[in-house]
Amino acid sequence: MKAYAYFPGCSLEKMALSYHQSALECARRLDLEFQELDDWNCCGTTAYFAIDQLLSYTLSARNLALAEKKKLDMVTPCAGCYKNAYFTNVTLKRDADLAEHINEALKEDDLHYAGTNQVYHLLEVFCNDVGVQEIKKRVTQSLNSLRVAPYYGCQIVRPRKDHEEVENPRYFEDLIAATGATPVEYQLKMRCCGGSLLITSRKAAFSMARNLLQNAMDNGAAVIATACPMCQVNLECYQQQINQEFGARFSVPILYFTQLLGLALGASPKELGFGSELVSASAVLAQIRNKETSTTQSPYIRHATS
Amino acid sequence: MSEKVGVYICHCGANIAGVVDVAALSHWAGELPDVAVARDYKFMCSSLGQELIEKDIQELGLTRVVVAACSPHLHEATFRNCCKRAGLNPYLFEMASIREQVSWVTANKTVALEKSKALISGAVHRVIHNQALEPIIVDINPNVLVVGGGITGIQAALEIADAGYHVYLVEREPSIGGHMAQFDKTFPTLDCSACILTPKMFSAGTHPNITLLTWSEVEKVDGYVGNFTVKVRQKARKVNTELCTGCGICEQKCPKKVIDTVFEAGMGLRKAVYTPFPQAVPKYPVMDVQNCTFFQKGTCKACEKFCPTGAIDFKQEDKVVSFDVGNIILATGWDLFDCRRIPQYGYGRLANVYNSLEFERLSNAAGPTGGKVILRDGVTVPQSVGIIHCVGSRDKNYNPYCSAICCMQSLKFAHLVKEKTGAQVYNFYIDIRTPLKAYDEFYQHILETDETRFVRGKVAEVTDAARLPGEEGKLIIQVEDTLIGKQRRIPVDMVILSAGLEPRHDAKEVAKLFGIGCSADQWFIERHPKLDPVATMTEGVFVAGVCQGPKDIPLSVTQGAAAAARVIGLVNRKQVSLEPVRASVNAEQCSGCRICNNQCPFNAISFLVDKGVSEINPALCQGCGTCVAACPAGAITGSHYTNAQILSQIEGILEVELGQREAVPA
Repeated sequence: MKAYAYFPGCSLEKMALSYHQSALECARRLDLEFQELDDWNCCGTTAYFAIDQLLSYTLSARNLALAEKKKLDMVTPCAGCYKNAYFTNVTLKRDADLAEHINEALKEDDLHYAGTNQVYHLLEVFCNDVGVQEIKKRVTQSLNSLRVAPYYGCQIVRPRKDHEEVENPRYFEDLIAATGATPVEYQLKMRCCGGSLLITSRKAAFSMARNLLQNAMDNGAAVIATACPMCQVNLECYQQQINQEFGARFSVPILYFTQLLGLALGASPKELGFGSELVSASAVLAQIRNKETSTTQSPYIRHATS
Repeated sequence: MSEKVGVYICHCGANIAGVVDVAALSHWAGELPDVAVARDYKFMCSSLGQELIEKDIQELGLTRVVVAACSPHLHEATFRNCCKRAGLNPYLFEMASIREQVSWVTANKTVALEKSKALISGAVHRVIHNQALEPIIVDINPNVLVVGGGITGIQAALEIADAGYHVYLVEREPSIGGHMAQFDKTFPTLDCSACILTPKMFSAGTHPNITLLTWSEVEKVDGYVGNFTVKVRQKARKVNTELCTGCGICEQKCPKKVIDTVFEAGMGLRKAVYTPFPQAVPKYPVMDVQNCTFFQKGTCKACEKFCPTGAIDFKQEDKVVSFDVGNIILATGWDLFDCRRIPQYGYGRLANVYNSLEFERLSNAAGPTGGKVILRDGVTVPQSVGIIHCVGSRDKNYNPYCSAICCMQSLKFAHLVKEKTGAQVYNFYIDIRTPLKAYDEFYQHILETDETRFVRGKVAEVTDAARLPGEEGKLIIQVEDTLIGKQRRIPVDMVILSAGLEPRHDAKEVAKLFGIGCSADQWFIERHPKLDPVATMTEGVFVAGVCQGPKDIPLSVTQGAAAAARVIGLVNRKQVSLEPVRASVNAEQCSGCRICNNQCPFNAISFLVDKGVSEINPALCQGCGTCVAACPAGAITGSHYTNAQILSQIEGILEVELGQREAVPA
């Protein structure tokens, strides 16, 4: 059983509880041990880096130090936490002076970060460490050609790693295919969902989310799978307002990829935190249960004006 | 020991004298043991400087000469000749590099003087142990091998053949002609590419001094300048060229159609037995065994049935021919950048995104659409076309270099699209580079008369995800227009990617085969980027055309002719003198262990079974010293790099007390 230091991040405490539950359930079913960090702290999210870089690095470094103390690589399901932790890790390994400063601060907590561990996003652990072939072997409930749009979002592939295809990654598609679902090809799979722009410029953020939903729907998605709590909220919670704003009629379930993976691995909807959706996922669940209706109609009806 | 050494210190204007105290250095050198005279002079390489040395050799009876100046790479030959003129064996001379290794790398006068002293002391110690050597003279075989039958190789072959020497022209494809045969028009004159190329192809095919080996690849090269032995594999055409008349009936009758990914760039079809294009030279077809129905299923033989001369030969095998040549010219050309590597531009995913070679075929009157510029549906004429420059070039994610031809090529495309369709054309560029004869005039002409829009900015993506009214069903080009400082979305019907030039995928192996070097980008390395652009560091092997770096047709032709001139010059001399820096085996010390045999990169060492010792062929040996180091018995000596010479040089360097390293300011 391979072990990881699990850093859920603040969103998974409350708003993205279903992500938390389903991530742990999938890990359990894939024989991974996720040891949650004791006393972890907020990563600072996107905004804090723009305000105080040093303190932001320190926030992420503290979590990294906690993981290093366990002698484990860190995994996080949140794309934002991942980006911050990843860059902090890379930067501290490169910048000895900054590392010294930050370790001075960590001393207050009797912590020290030497930079010996790695940072992974949950998707990477499932796709690379466990492997798509292995997951395929463990699927007990095929997702019946459900048309799933993999939504990478903008942060997972942005720490540009060597040899990684950052403009057209394929691993999320491969994972979806392994569950028996059909990955939807669409152009905007790595576009920003609007992020925290919702707070400062609602209209611009709606427009970004609208483009994404539209593009996924145009390519026949029955459900969009996300790997980030922020993306999930932006795409799901504002569908009604987007419909009002643009005269559209979106009603598409936005699920965490772990919820779909969990179903394929045989977990029950309840174990995966289903039930708290704002856009009902009942059609999705119905299709998985019922082989007869394997060509679910897309819930999207193109609005009249376009 | 009573050698009389002369030490000459060059100022190189201010290059050396600006940092090194040459007067003090000269005074110090004059006091060294065995040094009879030490002088400094403004430019040692000038005729006055050389005369100074010659005079001293004759009047003072110098037996050894040391020049402290630039790198031996630059002027070793100059001063060796100077010694020779004065009657001193040129190998009794040494050079100390106090420019590249001293004055150009430090501004600190104290350490510069110290290091100059060390290098001169080393040279003086070494030169005393130098031995008089005589160059090795070998005959030059007048035959020449030209590899690659594109425009560069054709030009080189014709020049040499016209000079009266025999050329073997080897081409990998079924016909010579290369990429130029695929093009529609050539910039900036817009003359038809095939029309100006085919007469040259025909000449090369019929020239009595040219042996054409198409559908062939060089497999092995042995030997050295003047005396190479080459093995060429002639792939089986399955067509007996003695009998074939090139009538083309086999091709007409062949029922199997295959997508032609080579000549037609995937845009058109060919048969399983085919000549790639009507003007192919030679006219004989080749059979594509992978796609031939007979070879795959065992029946058909339509070509054999209909061939009027019985030239189809299904049993024909590959043939390896071997011949001797004195010189080799490599003109192996380029591959097109694979646009799939930039997924955001949609090539291979979005139907109406074309690469530059595809557009050449589309626009070519002999191409799959008869020269009509239409979309992939085969009927629609585009009303708007976007041409994207620098695809895969000038981009650190792909190739950092400029591919040199894409700007002019894109302007040519813009003109052809406008002329053939009347469509609105957009050019998306980073910088426009039109530096050669009549190029900028062409650009100005397009700007003024063709109503082409120029958008300065690197395209972010090409997408079919429509967002705004008017975008449905179009390809949308998202670009930051850096001249107005705004993001723009420009919907078009067709996108042409001006893909860059890349070295051949197998350039590295080819370089190894011919014993030359490849740059980090894998272009072949010339001997000197400015002053010796077609020679290589390997004597007798020359490079020309795009295999040496991106260039257009005029420059490629120029290089082909230049390489030919170099070869003709060598062949005319009939003999070549080789550097006598060679390894030799002392047979008495050799234990016959044969460790050195496999170490030699030039296959110069053979084992004499009857004597039980190894022997080095001095003509093959390049003096690299690998075997000298490898020999456990110390039985191999490298002339001009003997142990005594190297050890005394080290001793000389160490004799000069250098200041503390810490004292050196950065």
